[in-house]
Amino acid sequence: MNRIFVVLIVALAVIALAQLMRIYQLSSKVRNIKEEEISDADNRLNASLMLVSLFAYFGFVIWQIVHWGPYMLPEAASEHGAAIDQLFNFNWALLFTVFFGIHTALFVFAWKYYYRAGTKAYFYPHNNKLEFIWTIVPSVVLAAVIIFGLITWSEIQKPKGENAITIELYSKQFDWTARYTGKDDQLGKSNYLLVSGTNPLGIISDESTADKLAEYEETIIRQEQKLETILPDGKRKELEHSLAKNKRLRARIVDIQLKNAGLQTGKDDHVVKGEMHIPVNTEIEFLFRSQDVIHSAYMPHFRLQMNSVPGDVTRFVMTPTITTAEMRNKLNNPEFNYILMCNKVCGAAHYNMQMDVIVDSPEDYQKWVDEQKPFITETTLQDDNIQLVEN
Amino acid sequence: MSTLAEAHAHAHAGHTETFVSKYVFSMDHKMISKQFLITAVFMAVVGMMLSIFFRLQLGWDGESFAILNAFLGDKWAPGGVLDKNMYLSLVTIHGTIMVFFVLTGGLSGTFSNLLIPMQIGARDMASGFLNMLSYWFFFVSSVIMFLSLFLESGAASGGWTIYPPLSALPQAMPGSGAGMTWWLVSMALFIVSSLLGSLNYIVTILNLRTKGMKMTRMPLTIWAFLITAIIGVLSFPVLFSAVLLLIMDRTMGTAFYLSDIVIAGEVLEQTGGSPILYEHLFWFLGHPEVYIVLLPALGITSEVISTNTRKPIFGYRAMIGSLIAIGFLSFIVWGHHMFVSGMSPFLGSVFVFTTLLIAIPSAVKTFNYLTTLWRGNIVYTPGMLFSIGLVSTFVSGGLTGIILADSALDINVHDTYFVVGHFHIVMGLSAIFGMFAGVYHWFPKMFGRMMNNKMGYLHFWLTIIAGYGVFFPMHFLGLAGAPRRYYSYSDYPMFENFVDLNQLVTLFAILGGIAQVVFLFNFFNSIFNGQKAPQNPWKSNTLEWTTPVEHVHGNWYGKIPEVHRWPYDYSNPAFEADFVPQTVPLGPDEEAH
Repeated sequence: MNRIFVVLIVALAVIALAQLMRIYQLSSKVRNIKEEEISDADNRLNASLMLVSLFAYFGFVIWQIVHWGPYMLPEAASEHGAAIDQLFNFNWALLFTVFFGIHTALFVFAWKYYYRAGTKAYFYPHNNKLEFIWTIVPSVVLAAVIIFGLITWSEIQKPKGENAITIELYSKQFDWTARYTGKDDQLGKSNYLLVSGTNPLGIISDESTADKLAEYEETIIRQEQKLETILPDGKRKELEHSLAKNKRLRARIVDIQLKNAGLQTGKDDHVVKGEMHIPVNTEIEFLFRSQDVIHSAYMPHFRLQMNSVPGDVTRFVMTPTITTAEMRNKLNNPEFNYILMCNKVCGAAHYNMQMDVIVDSPEDYQKWVDEQKPFITETTLQDDNIQLVEN
Repeated sequence: MSTLAEAHAHAHAGHTETFVSKYVFSMDHKMISKQFLITAVFMAVVGMMLSIFFRLQLGWDGESFAILNAFLGDKWAPGGVLDKNMYLSLVTIHGTIMVFFVLTGGLSGTFSNLLIPMQIGARDMASGFLNMLSYWFFFVSSVIMFLSLFLESGAASGGWTIYPPLSALPQAMPGSGAGMTWWLVSMALFIVSSLLGSLNYIVTILNLRTKGMKMTRMPLTIWAFLITAIIGVLSFPVLFSAVLLLIMDRTMGTAFYLSDIVIAGEVLEQTGGSPILYEHLFWFLGHPEVYIVLLPALGITSEVISTNTRKPIFGYRAMIGSLIAIGFLSFIVWGHHMFVSGMSPFLGSVFVFTTLLIAIPSAVKTFNYLTTLWRGNIVYTPGMLFSIGLVSTFVSGGLTGIILADSALDINVHDTYFVVGHFHIVMGLSAIFGMFAGVYHWFPKMFGRMMNNKMGYLHFWLTIIAGYGVFFPMHFLGLAGAPRRYYSYSDYPMFENFVDLNQLVTLFAILGGIAQVVFLFNFFNSIFNGQKAPQNPWKSNTLEWTTPVEHVHGNWYGKIPEVHRWPYDYSNPAFEADFVPQTVPLGPDEEAH
């Protein structure tokens, strides 16, 4: 019922408007007003509004800076971030100058040079010298922008130093997992075929491949048994398809097993969810992997962003400079936390794919690392295997 | 050719055309142009409504709105609260509709079709039949895209860039099922339409110019349409191939874009593909696409500004040069969309360099517009207002492009609201302003009637206020680190100070919507009730104003006029009148420009 009313009201409003327009048009006919002839009053009105625009627009921009400026990101909490902020400031100075300059000219001209009957515009088709100047000046300015930008960029992208620690960030719909190297300072190899509830990152070890193979064996046997029963055609086809696929995958896992027999590097890795700790003033090489779709690791406080791409490993090297405790003090906000967000649309819960990042002092970090358990204990393995790692 | 065509034109004037041949399957460029425009207006209304729907959620997170429930039903807005998947669908289809259907099909389709034959002095497009096909492919693809909103599993929802694997795997999200299939089919048809149109435009411009219409006497609109069409022909096929490979990945088990994926508990066998390949293919179109959208708007603005300042466009040749430079550069900058994709940092540097180069021809254009206004005699038609609005938004939006082109800076603002603000100001405002300028300026030519100026003024001032009100604050949100395509920011303490910002943006968006109602009313009302238009309402120099007000097949009764001068002889001191049409022969001691 309500909807009918709404439709009726809208329809009546349109009709009323149309009638008003009719009246306007009839009266303009009587007064001999032609739409193609813009009246002096209209020209003056719009010209004045152009001048008003100048102040209104600049006022709006300044109001926004005053109003929201205080809530911008705090100072960069990483080494390269400080360089990025410097580059930002250089660019802002330039852009605001151009922005205010051009808009002033635009609105002032638009205000000043409205149509006056009986006068003619200044016939000024071109001026090579002028055009040359405003090709060259932007070129020179841009050269500075480009050079400053590229110097910063290559600084950010430089290879990691010798003492860098490596952390892997693994993304899937819709959470992040971090992996630390453990005692051996290296991340173990991984393969997506080994991903399971107990091995979320698909780390390769004799145990994880054996587990996965056992899982496939079981499924394959079950499927083969089922195929011997009576099934509708569609179902059978589907099952045959799945069985063949499982056999192919099994063969690939056998291959992984053979190639990596005895591999130890992954066993001491730490797999961490929920929150990630990193040490201050230490170079960290992040490696990014994804399990399903493209995600993007975005840590705005560190000026860090890198996509994680399925089938690929991407990287970003950064040195945090301010601990979480220090930043809380600076911002006078005891609740503050650095954050890792997903910044590539990845599905319905994309907006909530986040993880807290804690920057610790080196001592606190070491303490936290010591509390972490090696990856292998996460799996359902026998005690002798764990001893194997410890030996 | 001319005598034949004349005979043809006369013959047709006497013909009684059927309704279907005149209004539906028309091969007349003027009718096709109107068809494109009306379709685009419909799509724009849809696109705008979608944006207001998701803005309601962004402004008032989780609150119930009866209007959402009324339009989206209990499935997608249970209790009036927008569903998370539907949110992504709305964002995706809004982007697709606005970029492709309104600003590519709508803008080029309308004005290239209307103006190319009329401004170069041709009876019609080189191939009327292909032109008709171009529209009907566009129409069918529009219908498919629109109907995909009503699919049970929802429309495509991976963002308008539809990056795989998200878009390739139905398990990834509901919108990647049937919705994605419809999206791909629609886009494939759209690309066909665009290619047919563009080829026709190029051929027509190169071959069918009237006597005396040298390339250097063409209005800047025609130059812009030519460059746009060339860009389209060279880049859309690449998107077509990207779409084709994606369809194969989705249906045939190929691995162009897929590798090492476990999704929804299922292990996929594909290895060796890379979604980065898709990104390269997509943006090889995607970036030139930005200029496919913008160049026609710049061309229209050049023409409208020159006419209404009663002054030649300053630096005609430099304007052509910068159009060509922008067109060329647009092909070698696509990587700036991929600075944080893991692409080689060296390659990144190259793209920084090429991208920032675009600022040079853009600066030249801006300064030339300013100089054209300087000491002009500005007549404030609604079209002129929108042209000035274009210059302002082109500067506002273009400058932030310098930030985004700088890879080091892009790291922190990539895919944030800063980007959303940036490209909406250049595309959502600048290009749309160009389109509005064109509609107001050439409405008399299209429909033989005048639009109402007062309503045009109201439309412009409301639109520019709403436009800046919506898109300027977004930069602040982005600089504070807010990612785009988020359904909600309530879980993030760092964004709690921006609740008012998001509400303000939504309110301005609603104001913007209301402003467009003013336009729609004026537009449709004027088609039927507007004042009768004179032949040359704006006292313009170009050839389209030498055609009769009523539309005739073949555009001119009798001979096609001959062209003797460039189109920008406004306020030429050698003449008394402040405009000298292109058809006026050069005086005895007058030098050609």
